Amino acid sequence: MTSASSMESIFQKNAGLTERNYLGLSDCSSVDSSAVSGISDVKRNNLNLKATELRLGLPGSQSPERDPDADLASSESLDEKPLFPLLPSKDGICSGSQKIFVSGNKRGFSDTIDEGKWMFGSSGTDSDTSNVNVKISPGAQPAMIKDATSKVAPQEKTHATFGTNLNKVNASNPPAAKAQVVGWPPVRSFRKNILATNSKTNDEVDGKPGPGALFVKVSMDGAPYLRKVDLRSYTTYQQLSSALEKMFSCFTLGQCGSQGAPGRESLSESKLRDLLHGSEYVLTYEDKDGDWMLVGDVPWDMFIGSCKRLKIMKGSDAIGLAPRAMEKSKNRN
Amino acid sequence: MFPEEVLEHVFSFLNSHTDRNTASLVCKSWYEMERWCRKRVFIGNCYAVNPRVVIRRFPEVKSVELKGKPHFADFNLVPEGWGGYVYPWIVEIARAYPWLEEIRLKRMVVTDECLEIVAKSFRNFRVLVLESCEGFSTDGLAAVAANCRNLRVLDLRECEVEELSGHWLSHFPDSFTSLESLNMACLGSEVSFSALERLVARSPNLKTLRLNRTVPIEKLSTLLQRAPQLVDFGTGAYSAEIRQDVYSRLADAFSRSKNLKSLSGFWDVTPAYLPAIYSVCSQLTSLNLSYAATRSPDLTKIVSQCYNLQRLVVLDYIEDTGLNTVSMSCKDLRELVVFPSDPFVGEVDVLLTEQGLVSVSQGCSKLQSVLYFCHQMSNSALISISKNRPNLTCFRLCIIEPRVPDYVTHEPLDVGFGSIVENCKQLTRLSMSGLLTDRVFEYIGTHAKNLDMLSIAFAGDSDLGLHHVLSGCDSLRKLEIRDCPFGDKALLANASKLEKMRSLWMSSCLVSFGACKLLGQKMPGLNVEVIDERENVNSLPEYVPVEKVYIYRTVSGQRFDTPDFVRIMGKDKDDLFSDKGLKVAVLFCSNFGTFRPCCCTRSRSL
Repeated sequence: MTSASSMESIFQKNAGLTERNYLGLSDCSSVDSSAVSGISDVKRNNLNLKATELRLGLPGSQSPERDPDADLASSESLDEKPLFPLLPSKDGICSGSQKIFVSGNKRGFSDTIDEGKWMFGSSGTDSDTSNVNVKISPGAQPAMIKDATSKVAPQEKTHATFGTNLNKVNASNPPAAKAQVVGWPPVRSFRKNILATNSKTNDEVDGKPGPGALFVKVSMDGAPYLRKVDLRSYTTYQQLSSALEKMFSCFTLGQCGSQGAPGRESLSESKLRDLLHGSEYVLTYEDKDGDWMLVGDVPWDMFIGSCKRLKIMKGSDAIGLAPRAMEKSKNRN
Repeated sequence: MFPEEVLEHVFSFLNSHTDRNTASLVCKSWYEMERWCRKRVFIGNCYAVNPRVVIRRFPEVKSVELKGKPHFADFNLVPEGWGGYVYPWIVEIARAYPWLEEIRLKRMVVTDECLEIVAKSFRNFRVLVLESCEGFSTDGLAAVAANCRNLRVLDLRECEVEELSGHWLSHFPDSFTSLESLNMACLGSEVSFSALERLVARSPNLKTLRLNRTVPIEKLSTLLQRAPQLVDFGTGAYSAEIRQDVYSRLADAFSRSKNLKSLSGFWDVTPAYLPAIYSVCSQLTSLNLSYAATRSPDLTKIVSQCYNLQRLVVLDYIEDTGLNTVSMSCKDLRELVVFPSDPFVGEVDVLLTEQGLVSVSQGCSKLQSVLYFCHQMSNSALISISKNRPNLTCFRLCIIEPRVPDYVTHEPLDVGFGSIVENCKQLTRLSMSGLLTDRVFEYIGTHAKNLDMLSIAFAGDSDLGLHHVLSGCDSLRKLEIRDCPFGDKALLANASKLEKMRSLWMSSCLVSFGACKLLGQKMPGLNVEVIDERENVNSLPEYVPVEKVYIYRTVSGQRFDTPDFVRIMGKDKDDLFSDKGLKVAVLFCSNFGTFRPCCCTRSRSL
């Protein structure tokens, strides 16, 4: 029986094939193995394939000789319409399971961000992205894998379901600023937002805070009522300040942060600091310790971790804040 | 041949389950003798055996310990409704063991009805430990409080409890004085403080008291004064406006707690109140500050005084400098856990790197167990750690970004982890992360002969990786894998190994429906559970990989309390998931919440 050699050939093919990346393996060994032959050669030399040859047997059988009846991946299944076809076929259906992952080439982190979420192994369920099946691989950029990926074009979808699902998901999910993988890192839910739960005010507790909303009150000098914003829906000071500007624009006569131009410009971090020098309004926040600080001094994530509420103050009132804010953040770092 | 009394006396010295199991295999009479005098039963997978079989074999049990869901359920990888219901067990043991004293459950679904049965069925019930359990409410706790006259331990560890009111605590009758341990840290609702105070005051044997977040810091001194014999104390929210009188009372109360060895709690810390614990630091053997979002200087000041510390759980706020202090001050340290303060942050503004772990491994010669979350790692750091601490038994490293290579050389971390398994010969538990190829699994298969549990994520290149582990790790009992390119071949080729293990979890891998079916058909001693929530799952061809598969050995055959997204492969004639024609098997399941039939059985030919 040729199972011994065919098993070995499975290994050799595997060693060669999967060296590139394991997702979206475009193709089978018939395509361009030269790109990775270097790697696979090294692999083959390092591994004693004979020693690691798969042994199949029923439970309890210790004999190294194979029990033909017990082979679970035996030729019996190979002779039938194969569960585990060994040879690549022309239409792109290749050995075992590699053909499935058509869309999931490992990408650099930035690529993943740009495209937002993609489906790993697809899912027929709804677009509830917080649910199980949406996964992202924001891996770092291992150089060799990335090179290999770029050499092989992403393949046609061999299974219709995966294709449609992928398109549906890409369309319906806006890009996430920080891609999140379900269940990763392996931290239990109640640990996930120590930072958030330590900084929220009492009113804004939702039942189970996810890495979700972080609402803080925003008040403005002279405005008749407060607003609330979800700090986690922004990722930069710029986004926050433009959102606030839109929210409070009905109250402002002048502008935040410009010298005479109409106040529809978005603010930048440096502009926030420049506000001290006499402009109409500045954005300040109260931190966990109860101190009022100027928004924009510390990195964004530190800011949302310590911000309890926001206040849009008149520039003249805020002048005294600056030195303290600088000192304080110096002490922190 | 020894007379029975002698055997029984000898067996009474055997406490570990493995020793007892081994003794029972010696001969028939030892088996018989042993089973009659076994008092504690541990079942690592509630679906591995039927309660009736357990009861038939061990008629005189006083303590039952059960585990339900797979470990990855902790990270939301097991969908709600999967199973793990303790109800059928409770019903059987209530009938069979009226003198049962202890129940310990982990990752199981426990309903109020279960708790009521427990409360009313066991006259001498003493210990209830529920770890990572869910499905019950404070009403169930009230039933336990009201009825278990001899309760010693009520320990709710990280459970998800439906909070109807805090009134449950007041159900402990005034005549109830036997409490030794109360852990309610995971509860959210406020209990009556006066009821709590009176309970503490009338419990002279109270050694462990872990409060929940709602108990304010101002009240802590009252409780500490009531219970100077406390050994293990967990505070509530540790924050308030800074008031000298509150602080003084608290510091004074701590200084009088001469028996205190373990501290935890510390939610919402106001740093100014931390020095109140300084007087007990040198007594502490265990300190959990993992909810204290306070910066390194405060944390370092504390740990620098904890000369006798054996177990430290902190956030990464401690930073490398703090860990360096630990390495110099905590010479008795056995276990270190460092959790991430904000796991989803892209930028890193906390100065905790691999260096912190390296220094602790250098300075703390008794360090055995590590759980460490960080953002970067290098092979040389791992090698250093392994050479510094060959006595490590548990090494769990989570580099937060998946597939991150050695940050210095940009190579995979194969060699580093290889060094860990090669040098740490007593390693029983390992979790890996970072960029890893098949090579690391070759190292593991070759060296990790004592490894009992292995957790793998985003690693490996091919089936060869899985094959190395399954064929090489002689002691492996629990293997959990996610997002790795491991498929059918390695799994099927090592089918017999699976019967020597408790369980195997694989999610987002490349294991096909067909392989699962084949495995289930060929291996009657295994349940091969495919967990797949896709709508079109019944129409997927057999070569398509499953979302998740959970394989475990069992002597009780397939279970019948599965939801529609779980399919036990290879046991039925027709292998469809059936979402129509479900029958609710009342005998084996109970309702979870108000309107939620949580279990079903599909029609099958008998």
